[in-house]
Order: sequence, then structure tokens, then C-alpha cells
Amino acid sequence: MYSWREPLVLAALLAAGAAHAGEGVGRPATPAEVRAWDIDVRPDFQGLPRGSGSVLRGQELWDAKCASCHGTFGESNEVFTPLVGGTTAEDQARGRVAALTGNGHPQRTTLMKVATVSTLFDYIRRAMPWDAPRTLTDDDTYAVLAYLLNLGDVVPSDFVLDQDSIRAVQQRLPNRNGMTRDHGLWDVKGKPDVRAVACMKDCGPEPRVASTLPDFARNAHGNLAEQNRTFGPVRGADTTRPAGAAPTGAPAAAPAPAAPKPAAGLALARANGCLACHDVEAKRLGPSFRDLKARYAADADAAAKLAARVRGGSQGAWGPVPMPPQRQVAEGDVDTIVKWVLEGAR
Amino acid sequence: MPSKTARILRAPENFLTQEQITEVAAGRRSFLRSAFLAAGGIAAGAVAVRAAAAPTAAPRGAPAGDPAILERQPWNTSLGKPVAARGYGLPSPYEANLQRRESPGLTRVNAASVSFAPLQGLFGIITPSGLHFERHHQGWQDVDPAKHRLMVHGLVRRAKVYTMDDLMRLPSVSRIHFIECGANTGMEWGNVAVPTVQYTHGMLSCSEFTGVRLSTLLDDCGLDRVKGRYVLAEGADGSGMTRTVAIDRALDDVLVAWGQNGEMLRPENGYPLRLVVPGVQGVSWVKWLRRIEVGDQPWATKDEAIHYVDLMPDGRHRQYTSIQEAKSVITTPSGGQVLVERGACEVTGLAWSGRGKIKRVDVSFDGGRSWTPARLETPVLSKALTRFSVSWRWDGRAALLQSRAVDDTGYVQPTTRLLREVRGTKSIYHNNAIQTWRVDPNGEVSNVQLA
Repeated sequence: MYSWREPLVLAALLAAGAAHAGEGVGRPATPAEVRAWDIDVRPDFQGLPRGSGSVLRGQELWDAKCASCHGTFGESNEVFTPLVGGTTAEDQARGRVAALTGNGHPQRTTLMKVATVSTLFDYIRRAMPWDAPRTLTDDDTYAVLAYLLNLGDVVPSDFVLDQDSIRAVQQRLPNRNGMTRDHGLWDVKGKPDVRAVACMKDCGPEPRVASTLPDFARNAHGNLAEQNRTFGPVRGADTTRPAGAAPTGAPAAAPAPAAPKPAAGLALARANGCLACHDVEAKRLGPSFRDLKARYAADADAAAKLAARVRGGSQGAWGPVPMPPQRQVAEGDVDTIVKWVLEGAR
Repeated sequence: MPSKTARILRAPENFLTQEQITEVAAGRRSFLRSAFLAAGGIAAGAVAVRAAAAPTAAPRGAPAGDPAILERQPWNTSLGKPVAARGYGLPSPYEANLQRRESPGLTRVNAASVSFAPLQGLFGIITPSGLHFERHHQGWQDVDPAKHRLMVHGLVRRAKVYTMDDLMRLPSVSRIHFIECGANTGMEWGNVAVPTVQYTHGMLSCSEFTGVRLSTLLDDCGLDRVKGRYVLAEGADGSGMTRTVAIDRALDDVLVAWGQNGEMLRPENGYPLRLVVPGVQGVSWVKWLRRIEVGDQPWATKDEAIHYVDLMPDGRHRQYTSIQEAKSVITTPSGGQVLVERGACEVTGLAWSGRGKIKRVDVSFDGGRSWTPARLETPVLSKALTRFSVSWRWDGRAALLQSRAVDDTGYVQPTTRLLREVRGTKSIYHNNAIQTWRVDPNGEVSNVQLA
């Protein structure tokens, strides 16, 4: 709010030697520092580095560094939603992905959604591979992106992506015209798109329940008795029992028994992200811990062998999907995890 | 002996005379009782006498009372733990049921996942820092504050670097704001998917944040107010989380914060520095904040071009949807709980708006046919959670509980049906529909959606 007093107050402050807030705090950033961190690439390609990469080179990098999470063809749904699929030549011509309307396609893949090729370049360079971000060179980034675009039939197999050819790719993205900013949800003063009325009595028709949690899912989030306080006006429902079993005024649920402490090996496997790809019982992206134990039970060198594979990575022992090296796991912890696995992962 | 006229009772040390001590030593203990009484009801003495008395025998048949009263408990018959036994306190083990939890099957890797705050057990409007929900895109990091830097560059006269020491020398403010993930309640766009308020609404927290205004830093670097129209905020984690914020908002109430609820941020919430963007979905509150770039166009980063875009029924994605519109939810009683008794029951919950203050909350017990205004507990702050309550007598009959928030722009929280008419069911983000909890005659409460 403007006030005639303000200039006088300001003048008084200046006279008293009041400094502006940040004066003398912080220091100039050097050009090299700004270059080191300013890696973003915008839709107008501001920030795009020079470089190039072929689809062929991209494939090599993909198989080594990307396939374990995204699948050999960018189609895997095991770890993240698929990158590729659901787009057609007609979409590419129109710049809108038809499968985004209706219920025809079960998953929304990255190539169905993305409208700006800069987004892909920026993200691959800053954050991939997922477990070792910022280890790709600019040329690697061009190559990996070229391969991804090839998997989605956006560029041919002999394509070389570089700082110039990428501009033409933008005009081939299947969903390049699929984004809108025509809505009121960015600006705090934006116009809401629903306008409800706060009726107070005799509002609308008699309510009818249309959706409930199915009985089989009752315990899907664990026993809810153990997720609520054991005193106060409510208890958590004992979802290990069928619905309706809890009588009114159910006696206070006994304090939840302390969860058994997970084995140190399991805790370490969890903390180090091993469970992202391995399950104790079932095969996931990689073999289950129980399967590992079964295969190596009779092998006297198993502990050393497995520890080396955790540290250095592994490929071929359980199928085509490689395991990247897990350098984030401390030496001693690798041994503890391996020992726990070989003892049956209990 | 203590003086009868003294106004302050003397401590009991040495209240026996030398002669009395000699008498006791000689075996004449009978006067001891009177000596204690003479000491003037000194607590230590009185307790010693009571403790020596035999416990009252319970009458045969009916119990004499509550064993929790009649029986001595470990905590009043033993020495407690000393001060600072836990230098940074912990909740009681009896509170172990209230935890951040993952929703099974929601994501396949837990380094790119969500944990939900246990709203069903919280009071007031502040979320304990240790229960604040988490959302990480590439795992959380514990960043060394001595090695943390914030760079401000782009359309400014002087690109600058600040250390944590630098930032904490600047004038700071403390503000209470809610943070809600844009995908909160996103699993419920199509139908009921999860059982409790922790999983339907738990990507929501509210804290007092302390930090320097972003405008102070931008001024310090000489913001180009003509060309600078957007800022990019970037995190120091593996995902290098990046989000665009429009300059008007950046200069309004955005903070570069290090403090949360009186302590430093927790690592899971961005220690040592995060952006606080009041009213805006959590993904813009970049954690481990290390870079602010001023530019003339938005960036369309991965999390504003592939995720956090809302699919509309016409097949278009809405980009840069950010504001969290007015919303509320009843937390007690709520899904997965059982009402222990009929009669008095305090219905309470939370309301919030990304566009300002909560003006009113109404509660319905009949699925929206009729509504009662709720009490708003103070403080009622802009872009913060507001606690509301209604006293209710549950008569043991089935009921459909709802709450409806109205903010100071006049916006009324919509029904699921009204919202779906515009947004369809595949939006994922920004579901602020009215929540319904069904209370069954057996006291069990469940998550339902109405037609």
C-alpha cells in the first residue's frame, strides 16, 4: 500500500546507515561455477550443449545402462511406467496422441505425453541413469535420446541426433500439440473450473453409495488396528477379521505387538535399494533372494562371488537384464547382505 | 524444629534434634510418628507413612474399582529416567502405531515413492516433522550444510553464490503453511481405492517454516524486473528436481527455508534448504535447493511436462497446474476406524486453500442432504491448515459423514460428481472433491463414494 510517509521513512533509514538486506552477504558466482550448474535445456533449446550421438551408439548405452529399468525396448512396466508405446504414425502427423482419449490404452507412456523434446534431453542428462545420475556425457545423452526416439518410431535407425537435428525432431513428437495452459490453476487469481454452491438443507437427491472398497482389499494396507492409537474415541478396525465382525463398543484393541525386528541383512537390503529389483520370495526384475540361496547353496565360494557381483555389477547369470554396479553399498554391508541371502534371507 | 510462625516450610533435613537421634539409636522409636507429624506434613514423610500402610483389601464379589487406580504402577514406584537421557527426544513407544507409511503397490521402487502422514492421529494444524509426508523422485540425501551452496543467476545483474552461513545472516521470517502433493487423493479419481485418511489425504502436512524471502535474494542479485518472468528452482539431489515458478509468485510469499517447526529441516524434507511456495503443490517446493535461475520463459522440465500434467477428457494435458484449491477432510472418525462407544463423539478434521484463508467449513451426517457449520479452531491462517470440529452424538445408526470447505474467495469445495463433470476421471492430480466416510451401525467407518 502506498503511503506518503514511505519516502520519508526510507530517507530516515538511509540517513541512519541502514543497509539493504543482502549487502555484503554472499559472493559473485564465477563463470565456471555458473557453467557447472546451469545445465537446464528449455523448449526453445536455450542451454542445449553441442554434441551428437547415433541411434546405434545409443543402443549400446541403452543395453548397458537403461534396459535394467526401462526394458530392452523402453517398453518395460517393471520398475517405471513404459517410455514407449501407444503412439501411431497418425498421431505423429497430427501432433496429438489419440489414445489419450477414451479407455483404449492402459498406460500413458512417456512418448504419449511429452510435448517438448528438450524435456527428454534435459532429464536424461541431469538424472540418468537412475542409480548413477550425471554420469552420461553430452554425446552419450544425444545417443541415448536418439535410441529412445528410434524405439518410438520418431527417428529412423540411421539417425544421428545433434544440436541442429534435434530441432526437426520437435516437429515429429506425437503429442507436441497435446498440452494446454488454458486453465486457472497456475495463477493464484486464476478462475476455478467448478463452481459449487453451499446448499445447507434439503440438498440434492437421497445419497446413494456408488463405490466402496471391495472385501478382498480389506487388509490390503495391513491391519488398520495397528495404524491407529490404542486409546481415544476410536480404534483402528481389525482388518485381519472380516467386515462386520467388530461389535459396537469393541474392547480396546491390545497395543499392537512390537513388529519383529527385521534381520540386519533385510534392513540393509532395504536401505540400499536392493528391494527395488529383488524380492525375498518372488522373481522381480532380478532373481529372488531365495532363488539365489537355492542356486548357490552348495557353492563354497558363493559369498565372495556374490559380493563381487553386487559391487561390480552382473549380467547373464539370470537372464538378459544386467544388474548395474552397486557402489553406494558400504563394503561391510555388502558382506552382511550376501551372508543374509545365503542363510536363506530370513 | 520448624518455627510455627514461619511462612515457608523448612526442608526436612536435620529436623530431629541430637537428643532425639540418641533416643532412636537407643531403641525408642515410638515417638518417631509424632516427630514426623510435627515436621508439618512434609511430603516425604507423608508418603513414607502411606507407603507403610497395608493396602485396602478388596470386598468380595464386585471389583473395588479400576486396577489402573487401585494398583501401583511402575511409573509411580520406581525412579524415572534422568534429563537428557534422549538428547533429541522421541515419541513414546505407545505411539508407535502412528507412522509414515507407504501405500502397497502404488510404486515399484521405494526411492521414487511416497510416504503418507498419519492424519488420523494428529491434532491441531502442525504436522510433527518426523511424520511429515515424503515424496522423493530419486531417493533422499543427507546433504552436508558446510558443502551446500545456493546459486542465483540468469536475468540478474550479479550472479551470486550463498553458503548456509550467508543465508542465515539475512533477515528471516517464519510462516505456517500447508504443503500438499498435487497427486494427493489422486488414487480416488475413478473410485474408492484405499481404506484410510492416511492414504486418501496423507500427502498433506503443515509446518512453521523459517527462512529468507526469495524476493530478498532476487533483489540482492539485481533482478531484471522487465525481462525476468519466471524462475527455475533446482535441487541438489540425483533427480536435480526442477520446477518453474512465475515471477509474481516468486516475489510474493515464496521462502528459501532452512527451519521447520523450530528445528532445521529434516533430511527427508530437504535439509538444509528447500523452497517454500505457499498454496502450490508440493513438487514446486524444491528440496535440497541449490539453484535459482531467472528466465523469460517456463522450462517444461520432466515434472512439468511428463508428470504433474492433468489429463482432461478431450485428451489434452493441462500443464503448470499448481494451485491447490480449497479442500477439507474429516480425520476423526475416518475410514478404517471403529467408534468405541455411542454418545459423545467429537468430529474433527482439516481444511485448507491454496488461494487464501478458510472462511467456513460445513459438516454433513447424511451424505450431503443437510449441513451444519463447524467450529474453526484458531489460528486460521492463509494457505495453512485449519482445524475444524463439530460435537456429535452418535446414536448407533448408519451415517454418511462429509465436510465441505469454503475459502475467502468464495470458492466452495465441490462434490466428486461436479469435479468429474469437468475433469473426467484420469486427471490423477488436484482432486479436491468432498470426501465421504460411512459409519456403520457396528461402529466401523469406511471410505465410500456417492453417486
